[in-house]
Amino acid sequence: MTATIGIQDAPPLRLIDRVNPVTKLAAAMLVTTPLLFTVDWVSAATALVIEVLLFTVAGVRLGMLVRRAWPILLAAPIAGISMLLYGRPSGEEYWSFWLARITDGSIELAIAVTIRVLAIGLPAVLLFLRVDPTELADGLAQVWRLPSRFVLGALAGARLVGLFIEDWHAMALSRRARGIGDTGALRRFATMAFALLVLAIRRGSKLATAMEARGFGSDRTRTWARESTVGGSDWVLIAIALAVAAAALGAAVWAGTFHPVWA
Amino acid sequence: MHATAPSTTAATTQKRNLRWRVVDIVVAAVLGIATGVVFIFWNSVGYAWFVAADAVTPGLGGIAVGIWLLGGVLGGLVIRKPGAAVFVELLAATVSMLVGNQWAIETIYSGLAQGLGAELVFALFLYRRFGLLQAMLAGAAAGVGAWTLELFTSGNLQKSPEFLALYLGTLVVSGAILAGLVGWLLVRAIAATGALNRFAAGQDVAQRV
Amino acid sequence: MSEGLATHPAAVDARGWGWRHASRLRPAVQGVDLRVEPGERVLLVGPSGAGKSTLLHAMAGVHGGDDEGEAFGELLVDGIEPARARGRAGLVLQDPDSQVILARVGDDVAFGCENLGVPRDEIWRRVHVALDDVGLDVPLDHPSSALSGGQKQRLALAGALAMRPGLLLLDEPTANLDPAGVREVRAAVERVLDRHGSTLVVVEHRVDIWADLVDRVVVLGHDGRLIADGAPRLVLARERDALLDAGVWVPGAPLGAGTARATDGTAPDPMIAARGLAIGRSVKGVVQRGLELELLRGTSTVVTGPNGAGKSTLALTLGGLLRPIEGRVEASASLSAGLRGEPIAWRSRDLLTRIGTVFQEPEHQFVTSTVRAELEVAPRALRLGDRETAERVDELLARLRLERIARANPFTLSGGEKRRLSVAAVLAARPSVLILDEPTFGQDRTTWLELTTLLRTLVDDGLTLLSVTHDAAYIGALGDDRIHLEHSTERAFA
Repeated sequence: MTATIGIQDAPPLRLIDRVNPVTKLAAAMLVTTPLLFTVDWVSAATALVIEVLLFTVAGVRLGMLVRRAWPILLAAPIAGISMLLYGRPSGEEYWSFWLARITDGSIELAIAVTIRVLAIGLPAVLLFLRVDPTELADGLAQVWRLPSRFVLGALAGARLVGLFIEDWHAMALSRRARGIGDTGALRRFATMAFALLVLAIRRGSKLATAMEARGFGSDRTRTWARESTVGGSDWVLIAIALAVAAAALGAAVWAGTFHPVWA
Repeated sequence: MHATAPSTTAATTQKRNLRWRVVDIVVAAVLGIATGVVFIFWNSVGYAWFVAADAVTPGLGGIAVGIWLLGGVLGGLVIRKPGAAVFVELLAATVSMLVGNQWAIETIYSGLAQGLGAELVFALFLYRRFGLLQAMLAGAAAGVGAWTLELFTSGNLQKSPEFLALYLGTLVVSGAILAGLVGWLLVRAIAATGALNRFAAGQDVAQRV
Repeated sequence: MSEGLATHPAAVDARGWGWRHASRLRPAVQGVDLRVEPGERVLLVGPSGAGKSTLLHAMAGVHGGDDEGEAFGELLVDGIEPARARGRAGLVLQDPDSQVILARVGDDVAFGCENLGVPRDEIWRRVHVALDDVGLDVPLDHPSSALSGGQKQRLALAGALAMRPGLLLLDEPTANLDPAGVREVRAAVERVLDRHGSTLVVVEHRVDIWADLVDRVVVLGHDGRLIADGAPRLVLARERDALLDAGVWVPGAPLGAGTARATDGTAPDPMIAARGLAIGRSVKGVVQRGLELELLRGTSTVVTGPNGAGKSTLALTLGGLLRPIEGRVEASASLSAGLRGEPIAWRSRDLLTRIGTVFQEPEHQFVTSTVRAELEVAPRALRLGDRETAERVDELLARLRLERIARANPFTLSGGEKRRLSVAAVLAARPSVLILDEPTFGQDRTTWLELTTLLRTLVDDGLTLLSVTHDAAYIGALGDDRIHLEHSTERAFA
């Protein structure tokens, strides 16, 4: 696993690059969580438009957007279709088959949900174009004060991902070499998954020993070689996130379309 | 002196230490991440289309979803400490969503909700029992967690009651079998390889000389 | 700069010490009475499973608590229990990949200091000193995964050193390294000892690496008891037979595995040929171009070269497992036996009886839960029928001394047993060509001899063998032909 996840050629972004990774996490949560409470196209659309504007200002270009966010661009219509067919029926009905019913209500909900998926998905993708796991861990432990043992343990374990992927490829090749690479894909997958878990646990145990040998896990207070700080830029990003959420919900309330999920 | 070894061992495995050791933390992290990696490959075997189809069928797609609930069950059965199910499921869900950096904050919430479901079951049994029953209940509970969360994140509260009922049913069954039963069998098989020697799950297995 | 030389070297005191893992019935080690003086350098040898690692882990205080096993007797480092004095001992383990903790070199070395509560400025000072001590000259933000094996081991050593330990514990630190890596680590340890005078306890099969660096050799027997202790020359001479039995690489002991056979005059039959072959893991990562070579029937060829030159890639490409980037891999008519096309296009079942490949990591190849079942995979894939299958399996079990463990789970076997099993499993299909990737990696002497003798016999019987190896002794025994790869100058980095 390389030190940073994300395209190496992603251009620098104004403001976003200067903040602590945990601030990005907080901002993403602040922008998207309020949207989870309502299903209406006004709040979603307002949020989406503002988000796209802000990201353009920060330096994100359309090509990059499509390249990175294509799974969300795909997931949005799919979610919409499900709502179209099974959304709570109201108003005129246009088509029905067994349990599926397309009605005025379900069409409206479908549109809302589609836009909502985009509004919720984009911020996270774009905020995390470049994330350094070590920096993120430092932030989680030093700024958010999550227990350092868990954060660092997870970080060290996460580093092994690259090795696991290599292991997986080697195992696939060896199945071919052993004459069982033609058929039984499901069975082969199962044995590979199993072997990977065994290898993973073994490596993890060895890593744990190595970490303990370096004094990890004791009750002694630890110090930090890299300081994780929050400054003005971080608060600015938080403020922006809050503003976007407020604007989205406010617009919905003002337009009268605010529709809590539980109603 | 060593003839009494079996009974000594039985006594020590029952003495529960609920504090997380370093090996618990790292292996839990590794389990979560490895499970997530397995999911990524599971998706690329062609099940991405299956998930899409799941969105179109009336809640029956929940049948295959159970496998994504495996993390919590594995975590609870292997680590056997409070928070293990949540931790592992959270990591597995997060990792499996990193394909193409398709990262939505919801996935953290999904992992949390699913993990919490499983965790509640293990907590209910006071972290003392880790048999097949607990595993299947934990899997089912993880399914309930997923269903509950999707009421909000996918706006499922806006879907018809029949859809919701069917979806809940399939999630519970799928969770119990694909996560609970499979998870339990998996842990036993892994223990047989000796990889879990530092855990109670591995020490339960018949002792070698 | 010798400010802050290692805090004074530590002493180790073991009195009747023993340890039993919770999952076993018998203790791994017992009755150890050992005193290591501050500054002393000790080499610990013995057969696999004698508890050497257990003893070392205990000295570092990482063997686990009450829920992992039971301790007997007493083991103290500088008069304190090791588990309470973490940071007093620095431990370096065998597997280079499993010891790298953080993604950047500097951060990884700093990790130990952070855990000990060292102030930030002091941490980075120590990081620089430690990296200098081990001779690792890379920038602090260099990715730790991009290091070679030897570099990773030195990184682990630096990480331990930054804690200023008085006791250095090395658990088979060079077992998984190529000769260059071994030399690097040895030089680093020597430099560290010269500068800091720490106490050293090292466990290793390959005695020749450490013999002139240590003052004392301690031998543990099969049941975990101490059987010899003294100056290197004396112990190696006196206990020579016991050590050879235990698989220790006693310096100077002849190998008697036979020597490479010069090719005789019979017409060469190229089983596999490469024409204009370019190899790599992906189109962007071509490691070698324009390769022209042939593997002749009944010969043993070795592929040598530095890490990263593409040896494994070549082996996998010739074995029909990786696609050639350019050029062709051709199989002779006798090998193809009716199949058309290159090996890469053959079906898995057809490949099985023609070219067998044994991977570097045996665990990548296991697909069942018992040794016997593992050997049955190939015959069953070929639909041979029960009687034929049983015959082949029994023959292999006998030939490779696996009968005793026929019902054991493959993952629970020792390193040597796993290696034998992975070779046996491939031989069950009776391929005409056998490809091995680092077959003697980290093996003790006994396993090494068994394997090389077996392979020599097979080659004399007509098997075509290709081995990727660093091992000079192996090349001597089985290197009839040699392919040497160097880094290609136009290599693209993936």
